[in-house]
Amino acid sequence: MTIKQNKQLMLGDEAIAQGALDAGISGVYAYPGTPSTEITEYIQASADAAKRGVHREWSSNEKTAMESALGMAYAGRRALVCMKHVGLNVAADAFINAAITGVQGGLVVVVADDPSMHSSQNEQDSRYYADFAGIPFFEPRHQQEAYDMMASAFDLSERCRLPVLMRITTRLAHSRADVARGEARPENPLNPPKDHRQFTLLPANARRNYQALLDRQAELFAFSEASPFNTSEPGTDTSLGIIATGLAGNYLDEVSAGNHPVVYIRQYPLPVAMVTFLYEECDELLVIEEGAPFIEKKLVGLLGEHKPVHGRCTGALPRTGELTPDLVRAAMRKKSEPPRTILDIVRPRPPQLCKGCPHIDTYLFLNAALEEHLEGRVFSDIGCYTLGALPPFESIHTCVDMGASITMAKGASDAGLRPALAVIGDSTFTHSGMTGLLDAVHEKTNCTILILDNDTTGMTGQQVSMATGRLEQICLGLGVAEEHLRIVVPLKKNHEENVAVLQEEIAYSGVSVIIARRACVQIKRRV
Amino acid sequence: MKCDIVLAGVGGQGILSIAAVLGRAALEQGLHIKQAEVHGMAQRGGAVQSHFRMSSDAVASDVIPLNQADLILSMEPMEALRYLPWLKEEGWVVSNNQPVDNIAAYPELASIHAALQALPHHVLFDGVSVATEHGSARALNMVMLGAASPFVPLAVEVLEQSIRTQFAHKDAKVVQTNLDVFRAARSLALQNMPQTT
Repeated sequence: MTIKQNKQLMLGDEAIAQGALDAGISGVYAYPGTPSTEITEYIQASADAAKRGVHREWSSNEKTAMESALGMAYAGRRALVCMKHVGLNVAADAFINAAITGVQGGLVVVVADDPSMHSSQNEQDSRYYADFAGIPFFEPRHQQEAYDMMASAFDLSERCRLPVLMRITTRLAHSRADVARGEARPENPLNPPKDHRQFTLLPANARRNYQALLDRQAELFAFSEASPFNTSEPGTDTSLGIIATGLAGNYLDEVSAGNHPVVYIRQYPLPVAMVTFLYEECDELLVIEEGAPFIEKKLVGLLGEHKPVHGRCTGALPRTGELTPDLVRAAMRKKSEPPRTILDIVRPRPPQLCKGCPHIDTYLFLNAALEEHLEGRVFSDIGCYTLGALPPFESIHTCVDMGASITMAKGASDAGLRPALAVIGDSTFTHSGMTGLLDAVHEKTNCTILILDNDTTGMTGQQVSMATGRLEQICLGLGVAEEHLRIVVPLKKNHEENVAVLQEEIAYSGVSVIIARRACVQIKRRV
Repeated sequence: MKCDIVLAGVGGQGILSIAAVLGRAALEQGLHIKQAEVHGMAQRGGAVQSHFRMSSDAVASDVIPLNQADLILSMEPMEALRYLPWLKEEGWVVSNNQPVDNIAAYPELASIHAALQALPHHVLFDGVSVATEHGSARALNMVMLGAASPFVPLAVEVLEQSIRTQFAHKDAKVVQTNLDVFRAARSLALQNMPQTT
């Protein structure tokens, strides 16, 4: 009954990282993003990775990470690239086209989705992206499987000569369990492709490659049907058949499937024969999947609507948000005792800026400077400073995607909305803000941009910021006028002076950049 | 054997260290573990929780079903109340009684204490004082683990060894302080158990 001695407690993210190291990766590429960050951090901290010289520096954004990983896979070596779900939007151009080029060495793209939006602005399901790209994808059920699957994913990637996506969710990424390591495999030697047409997607080559990708789909389905990660549990009660994907299988087991037949799916494309068999055997189906009703919608298309298929579309499970054992129990129409209630005296406790955070002083001088400009708007971005939307500051009016602060301020200014201000962190600026600033400089747009430079990528846990030490040079290089590039220190004692600087730059009819520079208080705590 | 614990607190109070100590001890005793944590933005002074599950058999779900937690271990009294839907009918609540008042309109503390005291199985005490008496307010998490330890099916010496490992990278005084507060709170809970049942 007791577990093996060689087991270690690992986050799902850490199990993936160790699995990738043991699968012989030569590099990991990533930009920090909750809940994917700890994969790269684990490899950065690994003595084995250091000894082997595994590449493990952060990238500027997910697109540069994806392309660098593709370059490593081009060279014949195995590469891992990790990101949160919305990061795949940033990397999508490279990702989709990597399916057209294919790979030489194994390329595994790990994407951490965030159903219930614990730390994100949407809950998009990355399985759609992999399906769209036409590549195989995995959805591990637990930490041990996440570890084991990395070897399978890299092997499959090299066997199919395609990138492979592994989709996890917050609950697996940030949950620990005991994990046993397997054998480690050596890294691949350098082996770039000899046929230069493969990676040169001129239309003539791309058409040929795309046809080859389509021709390979039948083989990918066959791999899924035969995969050890797709399993069937027979059952005698065929009034209901259950399909559970990835982590959802755990919730089903927690509440027990009873005597109902079950298909557990963790490798895609969807094993159609397995699912069709279940459909034909049972009167009704229940589809339990974390995220969007990806399989549920496919089934209705695939099998018609002759038999009821229950799931997130039908209301058997909620359309949005993370699954829980309790939701699965209710979907199976099992009885349960009502739980204790949360008393009315319990108030929400939202996250807030840390005591002593430089953003607090920045928002205080921003609010003071805007007292005379209540018609103005502040376009913000993704980071700790997004908490400036909440009381007591209520300083910012938007938060959409990485880099959207500067570009939305530009568009609003183009429309005549003034003053148009942007608030963006240093790391977000080098991730996706620089090109937007170039647009504004090119057109001499009347906007005022505050770069909150805290020397780090704060919200995800103080990773290195590409902007550190080169922010002024970047702004000047992009063409910001020297006299409208201002540096302030957000401290209480500088409040009046900072208000005056901001007012001056709001009054200037052109592009101003104000760098509000003071280090994140968490950096000091970490040392 | 199976034990489900909800760890509760405010970001920065150190519940992940409690989870790490429990996890290492449970692994040492050959148990299966699943422990879901909160990372990212919520850690910035917001409500945080961790579901800790250990069992002699494999654990399926990473999160605890409602009505199934054997114990709520909370660093803060209002946070203890937030997770009552998970508590078993006969489950225990072990909570610090000192509030973290970082929100607008924190409820009247007496009503929070009364709600906790109305529970059939609770240990409610001033953990902050125990920590500061031993010289470190930051040791509150190990105070609370000590107070909860009589309700956790792990050997006390294995827990203590896990605490030593947890703080091994710091100086010996820090290790000793954390062991001291753990032991002090454990005996406090053991003394008060009959009255609180």
